[in-house]
Amino acid sequence: MRVKSVLENYLFILPAIIIFAIFYIIPFIWVFQLSFFDWDGILPTKTFVGLSNFREIAKDKDWWQAMRNAGYITLLALTFQNALAFLLALACDREIRLRNFYRVIFFIPPVLSEVVVGMVWRFLISDIDGANLINRALISLGLGNLARQWLSDPKFALTTVALIHCWKGFGWGFLIFLAGLQTIPRQLYEAARVDGADAWESFKKITIPLMTPVIVLVAILTVLGTMQVFVLIIALVGGEFAGHTSVPVLRILATMRGSSRFGYACSQGITFGLILVVISFIQYRFSKRARQIQG
Amino acid sequence: MKPSLYYKTKKITINLLIQLFLLSVALTCLFPLLWMVSSSFKTQDTIFKDISLIPQEFHWENYYLAWKEGGFGRYFLNSVFYTATVVFSLVIVSSLAAYAFSRLRFPARNILFIMFIAAMMIPLPGSFVPLYVLLNKLHLRNTPLGYILCLVNVGLSTSIFLLKTFFDKMPPEVEDAARIDGCSKFGIWWHMALPLAKPVLAVVIVFNSLMVWNEYILALIIFDSRKYMPLQVALQTFWGEFITRYPLLMAGLTITVIPIILIYLFMQKYIIKGITEGAVV
Repeated sequence: MRVKSVLENYLFILPAIIIFAIFYIIPFIWVFQLSFFDWDGILPTKTFVGLSNFREIAKDKDWWQAMRNAGYITLLALTFQNALAFLLALACDREIRLRNFYRVIFFIPPVLSEVVVGMVWRFLISDIDGANLINRALISLGLGNLARQWLSDPKFALTTVALIHCWKGFGWGFLIFLAGLQTIPRQLYEAARVDGADAWESFKKITIPLMTPVIVLVAILTVLGTMQVFVLIIALVGGEFAGHTSVPVLRILATMRGSSRFGYACSQGITFGLILVVISFIQYRFSKRARQIQG
Repeated sequence: MKPSLYYKTKKITINLLIQLFLLSVALTCLFPLLWMVSSSFKTQDTIFKDISLIPQEFHWENYYLAWKEGGFGRYFLNSVFYTATVVFSLVIVSSLAAYAFSRLRFPARNILFIMFIAAMMIPLPGSFVPLYVLLNKLHLRNTPLGYILCLVNVGLSTSIFLLKTFFDKMPPEVEDAARIDGCSKFGIWWHMALPLAKPVLAVVIVFNSLMVWNEYILALIIFDSRKYMPLQVALQTFWGEFITRYPLLMAGLTITVIPIILIYLFMQKYIIKGITEGAVV
């Protein structure tokens, strides 16, 4: 009776375990296995090469160029996108008209797919047929010297990608910041006002310290999300654009599909995953330290 | 009188500036989409000349052409099919597992649960490489089934986590009563747990619908045949081929966006709940 009951209980988790084992655990193990091999993905024979894939990554200029590009996009997202999100959240935390309208609108870009966002923007700023609406607007505003080939000029393509990524992503940070701000008890601000603190002081002494955990969380998620960006780039520029807009995941995809080097692609994936884990861990530790100093 | 007037004007000015700031950002969010819809009604000749937001004449036939000639009808139905099957399977599979992890006893329960949660946290960029190899071996590449199973796996951990958190908070008396009435474990799951979990199931459904509808990379590496492609991948091939037919492309993009916007507008309560509850722990 008891054994039967336990078996019956296992039936509940069986479908989930089967799917998870086949489509998560096996690929997870294979990534590590394949990273020690040289393999084109087709031939039945794989050549064991030890750690040489990882040694190659260390010297792979294209790879580190891609890391730098992703780092650049992430830096813009961390500063510009999150600052914008925080400011908007502060504005919506007040008693202000149309608050719910803004909240609905700001989260529209995050629910759209990267393909759609990339294509709509590519259409808005494409260089074909004088179609570039942004340039036209800039010229008519007398800012013609700001008009440029946003996506086809190698100097600006990456920045354009980063800005559109920020456009797509800020609404998400905004929602989390706003939820965080709304958990701060209003009495704290009132007490501060009674004690004679001005708005800036209560922002510095109440809002910032209480929001630190939320800010760190958004920062970690921004880094994890932005470093792995790539679909948006495919939709906007079509691909790596001779390295100007290459990012790690695009590199992995090119290693796998372009040069058919499955083993090397796997070792790139592992390297990148480890880098992401280390970055998040450092951010987390850093925030803990900051909180200890504050408290 | 004077200082209060000073504070009043100061307050009004500040609010006005804030409104201006919010409004300009909101317009920046909306404009690209409005422009997309507007362009979808123009013709190839007028699309770059007629720069008014409301087109001079509405060419509805673009939608017909995109749907029929461009094949968007097929891709749309593919996307609907993938979304429906993946989300339905996820609701069943993840609620069964979450209920067991929360309420039933069996050896290795905690270890198995931790495994799912760990999968949620570990970033695995480039996991499409081994998945491609695996699907090839299982002869599931370029099949809808392979794609569906991969996507069920993508949504599994988070769905189990959300549902288990809910079941943990559910009062046990409800089930005790059902058990006394002679309900089996599966009966309790189906008749009691699932109906009670409706608010969380809504979060699970909405998030996974968005995930499947917007998914790109797995569809890209799994499908070679056009007949299986979902909208996101089809749009990408469309861009290359229909470069000279922008209005059709914009119509195709609009077709892709409409379901998402509808889901979002009707279910925003659950989206906001999912984001804030999932993030602010």
